[in-house]
Amino acid sequence: MSYTAIQVENLTKQYILRHQQVGSYTALRDVLVDKVKSYAKGKFTSQTKETFLALDDVSFSIQSGDRVGIIGRNGAGKSTLLKVLSRIVAPTKGRVTLDGRIASLLEVGTGFHPELSGRENIYLNGAILGMSRAEIDRKFDEIVAFAEVERFLDTPVKRYSSGMYVRLAFAVAAHLEPEILIVDEVLAVGDAAFQKKCLGRMKEVAGEGRTVIFVSHNMEAVQKLCNTGILLHKGKLVKEGTMDSVIKAYLEQNASAQSIFEIEKPADAAERAGYAERVIIRNADESVTAEVPVASPFMVDVEFIIQRELDHFIVGAGIMTMMELPFRTAWSLPERIKPGKYRIRFHFDDVHLAPGMYKLIIGLSNHESSFHFIDNFVYFDISEAVGAKLDERVVNLRSGLIFNQVKTELISL
Amino acid sequence: MTRPKTVIDATNGSTGYWKDLWAYRGLFYFLAWRDLLVRYKQTVIGVAWAVIRPLLTIVVFSFFKTFLGTGVSVENAVLGVAVATIPWQLFSSALNESSNSLIANANLITKVYFPRMIVPVSTIIVSIVDFLISMLIVAGLLIYFGHTPTWNILYLPAFLILTILAAIGSGLFLAALNVKYRDFRYVVPFIIQLGLFVSPIAFSSTDVYQDNVPAVFQRLYSLNPMVAVIDGFRWCILGTEFVADQIGLILSLGVTVVMLFVGVWYFRKTERGFADII
Repeated sequence: MSYTAIQVENLTKQYILRHQQVGSYTALRDVLVDKVKSYAKGKFTSQTKETFLALDDVSFSIQSGDRVGIIGRNGAGKSTLLKVLSRIVAPTKGRVTLDGRIASLLEVGTGFHPELSGRENIYLNGAILGMSRAEIDRKFDEIVAFAEVERFLDTPVKRYSSGMYVRLAFAVAAHLEPEILIVDEVLAVGDAAFQKKCLGRMKEVAGEGRTVIFVSHNMEAVQKLCNTGILLHKGKLVKEGTMDSVIKAYLEQNASAQSIFEIEKPADAAERAGYAERVIIRNADESVTAEVPVASPFMVDVEFIIQRELDHFIVGAGIMTMMELPFRTAWSLPERIKPGKYRIRFHFDDVHLAPGMYKLIIGLSNHESSFHFIDNFVYFDISEAVGAKLDERVVNLRSGLIFNQVKTELISL
Repeated sequence: MTRPKTVIDATNGSTGYWKDLWAYRGLFYFLAWRDLLVRYKQTVIGVAWAVIRPLLTIVVFSFFKTFLGTGVSVENAVLGVAVATIPWQLFSSALNESSNSLIANANLITKVYFPRMIVPVSTIIVSIVDFLISMLIVAGLLIYFGHTPTWNILYLPAFLILTILAAIGSGLFLAALNVKYRDFRYVVPFIIQLGLFVSPIAFSSTDVYQDNVPAVFQRLYSLNPMVAVIDGFRWCILGTEFVADQIGLILSLGVTVVMLFVGVWYFRKTERGFADII
């Protein structure tokens, strides 16, 4: 007996970027002065306005009981979409039809006042989220039990630890009974136990036939909770479908950011023993990528040209953190090499890097002297996404593990 | 149970807005309750503030009046000022708080949906609570001076409602303006200062309706909505003659009604963009 819970048609949200030099807010004084100035100039020109489309002609529909994960890069329009669905912000064009009561959790503890006690804040927050007084009374004990703050109910919330605060805030929201629940990256706060509790509760809510819309960067959470997905990119809806297929599309999308680095031919290339032409980052399956999932093996290809015969040729590839901390350097075995075009491939199979951005330094050398050194040019990301296949044992590693052997293979092109 | 259907589009007007206001009526109470609770938890003199403020005003102004007004007895001065002060405090504090209320609650406006009109109006509710406490002071003064009010007092609720409507109209208007043009925050205290001198608190309307005052000024004077309110309060509680002629009264009432419509209209018109610019 499912019905269309949410129907979105051609939704567009446009913002106007006004470039103001003076002050951070609009003052009537400035607006009037501007108008006078432009009259004085003879024509009625307004200051240059740049428009920005946060959402661009988005259309989709969601059936009741669906758990929809909305994912995308930062700036894709996810939060804006949620704001429009929650009636906080009005669309510029298009139309949304919602069937059922809506409750939105865009922030934890909205309306919490630090001077008020836990008990008072439960009532306040509940009222703000749309619960009636009677409803709050009825669920009060459940809320307190979920938050595990019985002892501290009457102390001002400013005395709570951040964990307690977040538990209490979520506890109130968790007991909303809307037909449509909209949640925005709220699970980013809190410890692992709390996140598990939240996810569990949201799954319960969804199991009761309600529709859940969930925005998160945590691919694991999104995959566990959601059955359908929507991928947004720069305001446009790029993919819609099963959660797995949408996650895959998201990961592929990130791969199209720079993964092939064309090295500028040095001015004095003719005098050098050789030079590198390009560097390519690849996944273990040879597919090109700019973002390597955490704890996944990856490869670095360096394509280069040798112009003179060398007897002790080594290529070095160094991984450095963005703080210029040398993390790991791998060297190829010394080779006797004749002029020609080559590619060397470094297999980083056991290098476990924590998520973040890294720099790759490449050096071509003969004996101890390097004849081409590339720094500040090649970058790659280790992403939080665990990849389309989930491995329960994978954990965010904060420190890297270093192993000594890095396999290299040299082929001539 | 029927499921409510919501339609959001670029032109959304008032369909469902007034129904929503009713559905969210609990929030009026909760926001006002929050403000009162916080005020009393934070200050040592918390509760006393609602009493001290009008009391001080009354003392200062009646002192003023006995010096200026010739032949005005202390009793008349004090009572006259007291009765004028309480609706004035209601109006000025409501205006002050409501004009800044949207900015002060920006965190709510950007994260939760509810009809935004609830925010400024709930600050006016707080001012009404203060008003009721001040009424006790006036009652005390009446008893002290042994002054029994006439049956005119039955009309008091009407003048109270008039004050509240004036506060709502101007409060909504300024609150909405303040979101877009932040410098209105500085305009409001100035308006209130001006209002204090132009309203019959330290003086009475009889002083204005003398023959030596040009008719133009008299008409301009009666444009101030607080003139009708304060004269009304004095008439209800003290039985002083209601000085303004019919035109003056109509002007004063008219301004209040116009302000109410303009305020509500402007607020509703700009409400959709609040979360974008706040």
